[in-house]
Amino acid sequence: MAQTSLPGTGLLKGLAVTVKHLFKRPATLMYPYERNELAPRTRGVIALMDENCTVCMLCARECPDWCIYIDSHKETVPPAKEGGRARTRNVLDRFAIDFSLCMYCGICVEVCPFDALWWSPEFEYSEYTMDALLHEKDKLREWADTVPPPPALDEGAEAPAEVTEAIAKAEKELEAAAQKEADKAAAAEAATTEAKAGGSGPKKADEPKVAAGEIDQETYDALIAEGKSERIARSKAKAAYVKKEKARLKAEADAGGGDAEAAPTPKAADIKVEAGQIDQETYDALIAEGKTERMARAKAKAAWVKKEKARLAAEAESAAGAGAPAGEEAEPPSPTDAAGSDQAPSTDAPAEEPAATRKLGDVHVEGTGEIDQETYDALIAEGKSERIARAKAKAAWVKKAKQAKLDEEGGA
Amino acid sequence: MSDLETTERVLPSNAPGEDVAFEILGDGDFPTAEMSLSIGPAHPATHGVFRIVLDLDGERVRGARPVIGYMHRGFEKLAEYRDYRQIAALTNRHDWLSGFCNELGVAIAVESMLELEVPDRAQWIRMLMAEWNRILNHLMFIGSYALELGAITPMFYAFREREDIQHLMESATGGRLHFTYNQPGGVKIDLPKGFLKRSAEISKVTRERFDDYVDLVLGNEIFQGRTVGVGPLPQDVALSLGITGPTLHATGIAEDSRVTEPYLKYGDIDVEVPLGENGDAFDRFYVLLHRIRASLDIIDQIHDHMPAGPVNSKLPKMVKAPEGAIYVRTENPLGQLGYWLESDGGRTPWRFKMRTPSFSNVQAIPYLMQGALLPDAISILGSVFFVVGDIDR
Amino acid sequence: MTVLTSTTALAQAPSILDVGDGVVLPILLKVALVLGLFFVVPLVGGYLEHKVMGRMQNRRGPVEAGPFGSLQLVADGIKFIQKEDIIPRAADKPMFALAPGLALVPALLVFLVIPLGPGVFAVDLELGLFYALAITSISVLGILLGGWASANKFSLIGGLRAGAQLIAYELPLIITAITVAVMAGTLSLVGIVEAQANFTLPGLEGFNLWFVFPQIVGFAIFFVAAMAELSRPPFDMPIGDSELVFGYMTEYTGIKFAMFLLTEYAGMITMSALMVVLFLGGWQILPGVATPGCEGAAGIMSCDPIGIAISVLVTLAKIMGLVFLMVWARVAYPRLREDQLQRISWLVLVPLSLANLAFVTILTVVL
Ligand code: SF4
Ligand code: SF4
Repeated sequence: MAQTSLPGTGLLKGLAVTVKHLFKRPATLMYPYERNELAPRTRGVIALMDENCTVCMLCARECPDWCIYIDSHKETVPPAKEGGRARTRNVLDRFAIDFSLCMYCGICVEVCPFDALWWSPEFEYSEYTMDALLHEKDKLREWADTVPPPPALDEGAEAPAEVTEAIAKAEKELEAAAQKEADKAAAAEAATTEAKAGGSGPKKADEPKVAAGEIDQETYDALIAEGKSERIARSKAKAAYVKKEKARLKAEADAGGGDAEAAPTPKAADIKVEAGQIDQETYDALIAEGKTERMARAKAKAAWVKKEKARLAAEAESAAGAGAPAGEEAEPPSPTDAAGSDQAPSTDAPAEEPAATRKLGDVHVEGTGEIDQETYDALIAEGKSERIARAKAKAAWVKKAKQAKLDEEGGA
Repeated sequence: MSDLETTERVLPSNAPGEDVAFEILGDGDFPTAEMSLSIGPAHPATHGVFRIVLDLDGERVRGARPVIGYMHRGFEKLAEYRDYRQIAALTNRHDWLSGFCNELGVAIAVESMLELEVPDRAQWIRMLMAEWNRILNHLMFIGSYALELGAITPMFYAFREREDIQHLMESATGGRLHFTYNQPGGVKIDLPKGFLKRSAEISKVTRERFDDYVDLVLGNEIFQGRTVGVGPLPQDVALSLGITGPTLHATGIAEDSRVTEPYLKYGDIDVEVPLGENGDAFDRFYVLLHRIRASLDIIDQIHDHMPAGPVNSKLPKMVKAPEGAIYVRTENPLGQLGYWLESDGGRTPWRFKMRTPSFSNVQAIPYLMQGALLPDAISILGSVFFVVGDIDR
Repeated sequence: MTVLTSTTALAQAPSILDVGDGVVLPILLKVALVLGLFFVVPLVGGYLEHKVMGRMQNRRGPVEAGPFGSLQLVADGIKFIQKEDIIPRAADKPMFALAPGLALVPALLVFLVIPLGPGVFAVDLELGLFYALAITSISVLGILLGGWASANKFSLIGGLRAGAQLIAYELPLIITAITVAVMAGTLSLVGIVEAQANFTLPGLEGFNLWFVFPQIVGFAIFFVAAMAELSRPPFDMPIGDSELVFGYMTEYTGIKFAMFLLTEYAGMITMSALMVVLFLGGWQILPGVATPGCEGAAGIMSCDPIGIAISVLVTLAKIMGLVFLMVWARVAYPRLREDQLQRISWLVLVPLSLANLAFVTILTVVL
């Protein structure tokens, strides 16, 4: 068989192989300083999006180790309509997974019918005692932010039925939307000025091609996260963008009448949902936590979209609170309308309204790595690692600084 | 051993196998005694909780008795209370180095009982994963066997390769050891984008590094001195003990169910079964090492064949195997794995019997160790490749 | 001991540490030298082993403790000291405690006679070679004792293997050393170095040769035998971690275990140093090259401080080179079997070294 011809050649070859490796780059990954890029499917830890959970108990029942603990109570929801029946709803009180028992089989994630459980590649949650591995809802919720979007499938993969359907639907919707837009645009054209501030909807309607190019980043990200292909997500997101833009304009119009003080900042300019915009704060925090560039960017993007949405909602609310009676026009408003109503005297918008509606996220604070010493000390005292404490303390500092700025502005 | 005369039975203990104590042999004025040496349950060479009681005359082994059961986890009974999805997660744990191949057996058993058509693509993906898993397993044993003979380096090289492969498999399955990727009717989810490209790259790299193992271990004169002629296993003994896998192939018998009874799509490709001649430790290692190459060949063929299409078929929410029984055998990395699945139509099996290769292979140990030297006993122990969890279940 | 009483009667060359007229100061200096050598050089050798082994195995070796992990062994030592010192209940307690010391002290004593440079040694005994070989073989007593006293079957087998190995390998080792002594005409280690500076073969006048050149066979035998005597892989059957758990060290923990480990590293250094002295020309840079700053016999014997420093560095570099070779063999090879080892010793090395001795003796007489 593999007998060597000359005695000693085997010994020399052994020396040669080893000395060859002496001059090779070591395969070692310097772990705490360097990190492996883990695959998105990695079963690292189970994350819970508790807002999705309906307490159906499927996961707890299917878990081979019975290591999921769920407590809930029933709550009666008053009827939606006058005369309707009151319904009961399960409210999640406790959701805990005992990771000292879990065998990471993934059955719970698989069976959850409401997409409340997800795998995250996070793995650094070892503890000194076994019982410390029992993680409750809050902790599981934290991990939900680390769930990466699933990877695209192989070229040979068959698109799942939902996707094929979605493509057809999205295409139809897109067509319809474009048609509607065109109709609207024709009506709105007269009122539209050249002002760019946010009026992209009506303006774009002039050139349907351009409008089609704009997509709703949120929808896009969500679809990609669901594992839809790039193309489908784009087309759906386009449709969603058109839809949203319409809704927004409508809402603005609704609020527009009495919107004198409520919207002092030219939000309309911010609203343009631009691909690639990220939430710098989130991004910095994640990078500081040692997340990879890719993950941080993706999350920060999502965070930005989320914040933006929240902000818009809050604005719309406050505007509505401002009690504008004038917002009933059926016609889509144009920025000039809004500008015009700016001059109209405010009826009863409270002075502190703008400050109240402003979110921390709107305030930008320049920080050069300052940390909140108090938080830092507290965390260190709790036995957190240096790295975590620093990252968290940094975040705390940023938060505080922002609050201070806000207060200042509010005071002024 | 100064107090031999006074001690007829030294240190009797209630542990199994421990009751054979010193026994005075010969009648000369220099009495010698057999020493009973308990290797394991916690011993570096047994990689797991496996125990062998050796009766030693000096360094010469007079008798060897494997004592098993330290890791019995009641898999067969447990399976009777788990539905088929849970069993997949259970079975990839008895031989923890061949998780994917274990799940595969269960999936095939359930599918055959349901007479389920498995999409082609799913079958090819399963083969691809099974062969990667086989390489993972063999690399581990190449490293650990060399380590048992005192060569520390191959282990590190083997783990470097293993890391690449595990990373690859993790990108598709989410697991590094316990893949849980099979489900009745196919695999859980299709391969991620770029998987096949990466797989081809790793196959190429592993092939290049294959020579390092040949030069460092197989061709080394010391290694040959330690293994050639050590623990030869005759064909008839091997057959009568039910030995399978590389240990059987080393004796020159090409019984491999991928070839003799092809499952999945193994019938559509060339499967090479490396064979030995004498069935000694060297041949066993030779076969193991060359099975890596053979598996790489298979992987390259799979890359060329991979069809497009769906990877799983529609199933009811709760899979229930119809009443009846089936025996499925697959070629696991360490030998033939058999699952006997008997169902009464319920959501769990009525009986789930495992025929695991390691359990049968360790039956050869008493035969092989008889009369060997203590270091050879270790060399033999390492060369009938076994996983303790696969023995005890 | 003779060392203390007579630095003149037995000593050949004066040590540079013999300063002043007093007795106390030179002795203190020499103790400092020996202890320094004993505690520093083996750690450097150990670090080299860690690093080289790591790189050859495609990893990095120690990186965290100290710059580039250089303090890893120091950290290990501190860890060992902190660990609980367990003595098995069935063990022969006094013997169990004595064994690591018995192994360690001879390894320390060898450093007395090892010359690192011109005058850089504690003492130059007339019987230096004899002394070194005699002392090193005492270490195995500690190992045997430890194996026996542990009351553990694995330890016992390990200890017995160590004893068998010593008997088998002491012979070729000593015969080869004798061969060198025959060539050099002296047993003094300094004298052997000096002899190599002057040794030459007919036809090569004016170009000195180290003994490794005429005696390449002897060098190989000595190297193999030294590794076997130190139980270095591939001859580490007394430890044989996959068979005997950890051989004679199985039951040892904490500081006692560390002492055994230190013995092994110190043994590596002393054996390498002996090889440097016997075969590799001691502190001479290259054959035929005089050390800068030195004059006298072939430019190696009387040196100014710079010459001494260079000489010491050259010796240490050669020692580390040999340590590297030992590590390399450890990385590349599996372990032999005890009977194969004995066979190599009795059937190959002993006859070969005897033939070598005969050949060299005849050569010396003829020349
Ligand atoms: S991964 Fe498996 S074991 Fe872990 S909680 Fe989910 S179902 Fe239970
Ligand atoms: S299966 Fe999903 S929705 Fe149901 S209880 Fe579990 S997490 Fe909640």
